[in-house]
Amino acid sequence: MKIFFAILLTAILTNNYILSKFLGICPFLGVSKKLNTAVGMSAAVIFVMLLASAVTFPLNTFLDNHNLGYLQTIVFILVIAALVQLVEIVLRKYIPALYNSLGIYLPLITTNCAVLGVTILNIDNGYTFAEAMVNSLGAGLGFMVAMVMFAGVRSKLETCEVPKFLEGLPITLIAASLTSLSFLGFTGLVENMFA
Amino acid sequence: MAEKKSLGQEFTKGIIKENPVLRLVLGTCPTLATTTSMESAIGMGISAAIVLVCSNIVISALRKVIPQKVRIPCYIVVIAAFVTIVQMLVKAFVPTLDEQLGVYLPLIVVNCIILGRAEAFAGKNSIVASAVDGLGMGVGFTVALIVMSAVRELLGAGSLLGHSILPASIPPMTIFILAPGGFFVFGLIMACANKLAEMGGGKKAKLSGCEACPMAESCAKLHGGEACETAENAETAQAEATPVETAEVKEAAE
Repeated sequence: MKIFFAILLTAILTNNYILSKFLGICPFLGVSKKLNTAVGMSAAVIFVMLLASAVTFPLNTFLDNHNLGYLQTIVFILVIAALVQLVEIVLRKYIPALYNSLGIYLPLITTNCAVLGVTILNIDNGYTFAEAMVNSLGAGLGFMVAMVMFAGVRSKLETCEVPKFLEGLPITLIAASLTSLSFLGFTGLVENMFA
Repeated sequence: MAEKKSLGQEFTKGIIKENPVLRLVLGTCPTLATTTSMESAIGMGISAAIVLVCSNIVISALRKVIPQKVRIPCYIVVIAAFVTIVQMLVKAFVPTLDEQLGVYLPLIVVNCIILGRAEAFAGKNSIVASAVDGLGMGVGFTVALIVMSAVRELLGAGSLLGHSILPASIPPMTIFILAPGGFFVFGLIMACANKLAEMGGGKKAKLSGCEACPMAESCAKLHGGEACETAENAETAQAEATPVETAEVKEAAE
């Protein structure tokens, strides 16, 4: 049980996928201007991450058993792309309410490096299936925490007077840098908590 | 493409005028993640450039065969195949680089620069032009990575390419090779690039909401551009993004 909490907290706080692993920077910078879009996007990412990990994990075992390990990258990205399309179609047909709140973000997620990243890292870290699922959940929640925090930072930033040469993207990146700095404070937290 | 450009222009546009990292703001994840040392930055740049050139050539050669509706999955398969080849080559011949790049090597698949160029250029142009375009963009990506890694390695570790440069009296500021330093240096370099572009009469680099996203078209078709609109609306609210500017970004993306 302890290991699950350790993995979960590591993925959310110390090894945040956006702020310390730099995975999923495009949505982090692109969709974080409004709080509700940030939350919608993150919820969709959590959902797709869990689903993608659940599907790619057994697939990887299958590939390994047949000596096809080198196909990992190509199989994973195709499975994720197909899965996202499938989920979108199913949601649109059967759960329109959920589709309206999450569905619009789904096509943007196919090429999100955080999703492919988490599936590959699950394998690279040698997790069991349960650990992999916890790690994916943590990665998704960490994504949400970072997105929501950053949306708040950016809404403050909009009313600020920014030096002319930093206007636009540069100040956004520097704000991201400070947000990421705050997450450095968690370094060593998990190791000490579960030591 | 409104006007035909010479091959030389196709090559140089990727390095300066349409630099994928500093002007089009694509491929930010590897830019931030692999610039902790110059060595890994060069490795990342070259690997991505090889994938970019090869996939551009193949996609351009297949552009009349691939049906319009399923072109994105087709492009992804081609790109993933080349990424796998590069991954195997790096693992076999430069295992230290493989260790440094780690998960970011397979993640070249989802690097927006590559899919973006396939969609914006290789799917519409001749093989030679696509190869040159890929090479230019690849070199531009590598140059941007080298500039960023030089700043970060020099300040963060006091060395360049592993050779110590700064005297021992100046302690290295480790923060620069950690995550916050990455965002910070990228922000400052972006500000410099904006300034240079302004002096050259160009426009500031704008965060590409949906314009540069390779999925933009299919997603706009599916949802009447809903997701894109929300992203775009937010953008209009923040900066006065006039329609003219949006059109220009689209032109730049093409």
